[in-house]
Amino acid sequence: MSADRTATLRDAVGLGLAVGLYGVAFGAAADAAGLDVWQALVLSAVMFTGASQFALVGVLGAGGGGLAAIGSALLLGTRNTVYGVRLAPLLAPLLAPRGVLRRAGAAHWVIDETTAMAVAAPDRELGRLAFWATGATIYLGWNLTTVLGALGASGLGGTAQAALDAVVPAAFLALLWPRLRRGFPEAPVQRRVALGGAVVALLLTPFVPAGVQVVAAVVAVALAGRPRPGVAVSPGDGAAPRTRPTSAGEADS
Amino acid sequence: MSSGTLWTVVLVAAVGCYLLKLAGLSVPAAWVERPWVTRVVEFVPAALLAALVAVQAATSGPALVVDGRLAGVAVAALALALRAPFIVVLVVAGATGALVHVLAG
Repeated sequence: MSADRTATLRDAVGLGLAVGLYGVAFGAAADAAGLDVWQALVLSAVMFTGASQFALVGVLGAGGGGLAAIGSALLLGTRNTVYGVRLAPLLAPLLAPRGVLRRAGAAHWVIDETTAMAVAAPDRELGRLAFWATGATIYLGWNLTTVLGALGASGLGGTAQAALDAVVPAAFLALLWPRLRRGFPEAPVQRRVALGGAVVALLLTPFVPAGVQVVAAVVAVALAGRPRPGVAVSPGDGAAPRTRPTSAGEADS
Repeated sequence: MSSGTLWTVVLVAAVGCYLLKLAGLSVPAAWVERPWVTRVVEFVPAALLAALVAVQAATSGPALVVDGRLAGVAVAALALALRAPFIVVLVVAGATGALVHVLAG
């Protein structure tokens, strides 16, 4: 095995382990929102895109309705459509007319981390390897740790529950953080939009059914202004930080 | 929310998110890579994740509340600014929330 392949596999496994920590947090958040272990596991196994999963249980945990929960998950899921367009040329051999099943399989693993790893690889072959290795590691780790988190969180006492209540918004903040940090494309604009989203949500909270304020916060995207030429969507946060295993917020790529 | 309704929400959202991924690999790139589409998609996570942080940390039902969760998020922000590992961020946030809960009785 060449050094490049070894390095690619090592990065993929490292990223999978880091993402596993988020899986524990997600499982615990799902339990706190009233989902059972099976529902948490189905989300990780079928939805398999962290930010959308967190949003769904976040809205439900806040007492929100089903439509608001689905809406927030789908809005966050639109990122993956853009990633798919980016990955399509790389995965082209899968996408031949006879590759319908393989395309359906590959689509399942189109997330922040696999996109970041695949587009950062030095050539197409390594890009494909990075996509599959990262996807497989994260898929295994994410589902396993989801179950651990969901089981571990059930039956917590009052003080532990208060700790978990503080962990859930902290996990959202950790998902958001890399986008606001200097070095992320248009970080100041991201900060403006984030602040706007938070303000809109808090202002609406007393007046709308729970969860609706989260979906409505999407209007803050207007604060980003008009498109600029040459700025592309970056694989950023989402299921986990695109980071080395040692640091939550450090952008890799 | 009944268990059946909850299952419906879980399955509809999960399949919907999968179809969004599949669409990216299936539709012509020109449909998606329009400047305003990518512009909106680029900024949706910031708006929604920040809204979720705010709602999870500072509301309870229709009320705005200040309790251990907000303190936990503030400490988490500090830890993130100091580039602490993810697990440390969660642990300090949880410990802060628990501490406030105990102190507030």
